[in-house]
Amino acid sequence: MDFISILIDWAPYLLTGVFITLGLTAAGLGIGIIMGLPMAIGQVYSTGNWWLDKIIKSFIAVFVWFFRGLPILVLLFLFYFGIFPAIGMGSLAPFFVGAIVLGLRGAAYQSQIFRGAIQSINEGQMTAARSLGMTKLSAIKNIILPQSFRIALPGWSNEYPNILTDSAVCYAIGVAELLTRSSQIVSQTYEASIYFVCAGIFIILNYAGMKGLLALENRIAVPGFSGSGEDNQVFL
Amino acid sequence: MSDEEYILRVEDIHKKYGNSEVLKGVSFNVKKGETLVFIGPSGTGKSTLLRCINQLTVPEQGNVYLRDEEVTNSGAGINYFRQKIGMVFQNFCLFDHLSAVRNVEIALIKVRGMKPEEAREKALYELRQVGMEEWAEHYPAELSGGQAQRVSIARALAMDPDVILFDEPTSALDPELTREVLEVMKKLAQAGMTMLVVTHEMGFACNVANRILFMENGKIVEEGSPTDLLENNESSRTRQFVGGLVMGED
Repeated sequence: MDFISILIDWAPYLLTGVFITLGLTAAGLGIGIIMGLPMAIGQVYSTGNWWLDKIIKSFIAVFVWFFRGLPILVLLFLFYFGIFPAIGMGSLAPFFVGAIVLGLRGAAYQSQIFRGAIQSINEGQMTAARSLGMTKLSAIKNIILPQSFRIALPGWSNEYPNILTDSAVCYAIGVAELLTRSSQIVSQTYEASIYFVCAGIFIILNYAGMKGLLALENRIAVPGFSGSGEDNQVFL
Repeated sequence: MSDEEYILRVEDIHKKYGNSEVLKGVSFNVKKGETLVFIGPSGTGKSTLLRCINQLTVPEQGNVYLRDEEVTNSGAGINYFRQKIGMVFQNFCLFDHLSAVRNVEIALIKVRGMKPEEAREKALYELRQVGMEEWAEHYPAELSGGQAQRVSIARALAMDPDVILFDEPTSALDPELTREVLEVMKKLAQAGMTMLVVTHEMGFACNVANRILFMENGKIVEEGSPTDLLENNESSRTRQFVGGLVMGED
């Protein structure tokens, strides 16, 4: 069989892999932002209760140190063969293990992206909000976060290709994502060119995602406010 | 109570930063509609004093009363008092991601719980008061310093405050922009707004202030009408300070 007919035969199989890869990426970004944002807020702001602050800040510090400190493959094996079986979740499908590990790791990185953005906001913004009678929480939500988000977006966009490409490591625990399926096709058909297709798909996914994120940046851009995407075309 | 004629009472405010005592017992009363101007050398605690009034800085000792209600030690109630005590900052502190009109209306919506349409109408009204209605849809980065400061005055006005604190409102502006902001403040004073102003603008102090309070080393050392301090009393500390300023210009 020639390359083209192999490709046509296996296209549906490969396409399912694309969706699984996108699923892992979405989980990584999604869990990352859902956990990373509160963690950033927890790192920057205080509750006013000394003990509570101590506990929150220590937890976040250890979390970030752990998930940024270990290679992703080590994390995957640790969770798949060690932590999940130990807590009685050994039967959890590899996909979910991969999604959770990418998500937790993403949260560690993203918390630091958001922390930097929050800290870059001038203190006067909070002061002005409080001087109008806003509570601290309302000021964070209505003033600090909308600004931080615009500043964080270019850095945060970087997480998309990071997680997308990292997701291929889930191959190692048998998640049937794009790389796993490509390698299965190769071993069945001896057509190693499939790896070019695999690479091509990764590049297309990357390009499309970055385009989308850039469009988002431009959409929420505010005149004179850093984080505007217009000048960032050079990345593409 | 005889105190009722005062809209704001400040009693014996002490504030320390580390070992340096910035405010060493400051007391004064403000009647409704009065404009008080605080002058004095840099670092004498004028700005800290203003921030102690709305508790952006919490003093170690002393009390602040607004219409006989205690502002100090009010816990979560402070957010109510802050609506009633507006503040205008030296560097404007407009919300950078919001247009001028959104800057003015956001607290109306988020703090007062006003309906968006209602808040918009009030915000535009306040912008008109400071001559900025045409700039409603512009973002802070697109405004001159004077325009930004006028928007921030509108933002304070929108909450219908009893008192507005001005913390060196023109110190970041060139003379021309200073004039446009002072014009707005003068109009406000004439309309009966109660204002506490920290400034080095002696022209404003002389023409608009009901009282000048001269601060030095964390205390009010002289207090009186502009005429008392600057014309009648040859040897007043205020006059020395201002005289120094004028001579410096010669």
